Amino acid sequence: MKYLDEFRDPGAAGALVARIRRTAARIQGEAKIMEICGSHTVAIFRSGIKSLLPGNVILVSGPGCPVCVTAMPDMDRMIAIPGKGEGRNPIVATFGDMVRVPGSFSSLERQKAEGADIRVAASPLDSLQWARENPEREVVFLGVGFETTSPTIAAVVRKAAELALKNFSVYPAFKLLPPALEALLDSPDGALDGFLCPGHVSVMLGSDAYAPYAEKYGRPCVISGFESLDILLGISMLLDQLADKKHEVVNAYGRAVDRGGNRKAMELLLTVFEPADALWRGLGEIPRSGLLFREGYRQFDAIERFGLEEVTTGTDPEGCGCASVLRGVLSPPDCPLFDNVCTPENPVGSCMVSSEGSCAAWHKYGRTGI
Amino acid sequence: MKDDRILLSHGSGGKKSRELTERLFLKHFDDPALLLLNDQAVMERPGGRIAVSTDTYTVDPIFFPGGNIGSLAVHGTVNDVAMSGAEPFALSAGFILEEGLPMDDLERIVVSMAEAAREAGVRIVTADTKVVSRGAADRIFINTTGFGVLEDGLDIGGQRALPGDRILLSGTVGDHGVAVASAREGIRFSTPVVSDSASLNGLVGVLLKSAGSGVHVMRDPTRGGLATVLCEVADQSGAGIEIREEAIPVREAVKGACELLGYDPLYLANEGKMVAVVSRDVADRGLEAMRSHPLGKDAVIIGEVTSDHPGRVVLRTVLGGRRLVDRLTGDMLPRIC
Repeated sequence: MKYLDEFRDPGAAGALVARIRRTAARIQGEAKIMEICGSHTVAIFRSGIKSLLPGNVILVSGPGCPVCVTAMPDMDRMIAIPGKGEGRNPIVATFGDMVRVPGSFSSLERQKAEGADIRVAASPLDSLQWARENPEREVVFLGVGFETTSPTIAAVVRKAAELALKNFSVYPAFKLLPPALEALLDSPDGALDGFLCPGHVSVMLGSDAYAPYAEKYGRPCVISGFESLDILLGISMLLDQLADKKHEVVNAYGRAVDRGGNRKAMELLLTVFEPADALWRGLGEIPRSGLLFREGYRQFDAIERFGLEEVTTGTDPEGCGCASVLRGVLSPPDCPLFDNVCTPENPVGSCMVSSEGSCAAWHKYGRTGI
Repeated sequence: MKDDRILLSHGSGGKKSRELTERLFLKHFDDPALLLLNDQAVMERPGGRIAVSTDTYTVDPIFFPGGNIGSLAVHGTVNDVAMSGAEPFALSAGFILEEGLPMDDLERIVVSMAEAAREAGVRIVTADTKVVSRGAADRIFINTTGFGVLEDGLDIGGQRALPGDRILLSGTVGDHGVAVASAREGIRFSTPVVSDSASLNGLVGVLLKSAGSGVHVMRDPTRGGLATVLCEVADQSGAGIEIREEAIPVREAVKGACELLGYDPLYLANEGKMVAVVSRDVADRGLEAMRSHPLGKDAVIIGEVTSDHPGRVVLRTVLGGRRLVDRLTGDMLPRIC
């Protein structure tokens, strides 16, 4: 068992596609399913699943790409960090995709070309190492991510506290998934019939976390892994529920997700951070959907340390459809900027930058005419 | 005292430069044209057209499983010349050395270059060395320019792909990219991935001998990988290309590494693989010829050129779905060659 080819088996996939077609035929009208997670979006395109689905099964991408949902004011403040620190020449440590996201006035990529020390970290632990190696400088880690990523950063902050590091901080732009799901369900433009719930986030949250939403809003939720068969199975199980007018939480990723989630990681996360209202690109301000430093760890808050609240921030670029794309109400090819003004080489909005962004995925795998 | 590191004075043009040239470069690059120590190499005028290609190598790390920057600087340029159908015969080599480079590292690199050139049957006829101060370069950069003779009647290029042509791939993809990435990141796999870096002129020779003028395009999928090369051919020829995912050979270890590191093997660099677009009637013959050569033993037909979707590359996935294959955007893996 190598956990790769077994989950891409064409024979099993064929059987699932046939099942999906049969079930879809039992459904009146369209079944509009949102895959919340950016990794799902990419996997769906890469495996060609979209081209195998019957016409009435519509997959729309959701707000599950952490880079994409980072709001413009946060971007602008992060981009301002290299100019702060009173001559201590801050090192900005970040996951790679953030580097190219345009802010209102610049981007980290441009700052780097102008001499700023922007480093791509494969793991947040790298940034801790850089802080120890450069005691005379500041090291700031750009904290973006959902429940999958944020506990690892919480662990790094705790480590920094143990080491009593004075020159390390984190910009907290983390997001929590369940509040966003609720905001989507509350929004009038939703009209979503069901959710393909993210695999990795669910490893942390546990499948029970979705139960209140499935119940309250009457929408089926199926947790799925990222291999082709996982996704086909997830879609099939969602359609089963839609055809039978059910709305339950079903875990189709049992080899990784349990009901309770990774309690230890979530506990650590909530030791260092506490839920706070947060601004999302596309979804606006959502109550208790972000994380800020808890008392006892605030010395690691980059916003406070560098006075970033004072930075002049802008708004989303004119004409950019990212906000609607992230809510699943605009399909990327229907954005007026898609592929003419906005391309991966010259992105206008974040959804075209991130490898998990739905515009980038549409551009790379899905342009029409094939 | 024997210097164990490169000093700025090794690039001064004075006595130290001379010492470096004689004790290291001439010891290993013992070509008669080079040994004369003139400012240029003088060679007989070859009959017919010549193909010239230049490339600069900055790979990081300079030593990786399956090769180093020196062997790569020979293989890469030999291959670029060979993809025109030309038989490479000579190389120039320019070195930019960073002050402080360990002499032993330089010697290992120069030895590998000499070996790679010998294996490819190519002379290194002229060379140059510059030393820059610490920080002005990263250890060692190498430029090589290759020269090859092109037989009359051969016309090979991306613009010549025609609907109906078959697409041949000489073996597994992604080996070099993963070998370099894992060496750089210090990642070890239970089955180590070794770079495929190799000179392809021998393989080109057997293919041309068997398929002759039926060979329309040859490319080595280096930076940007197989996907990018196919996109370029579709672009240049204005024809569409359709490939089958299941036909593209990828080593298990490379597949695993890609999952782990988030890479797509279609976009990873190769340094000892080629793609050939050949007319349908010579495809089987060409494939057999490639398989008879050690560097082409895993050769396969991965797809065909079509009049559908002009200028675009479409992949039929393992599941039977279809999707677009686009060029690489940005730098998935900087400094791999």
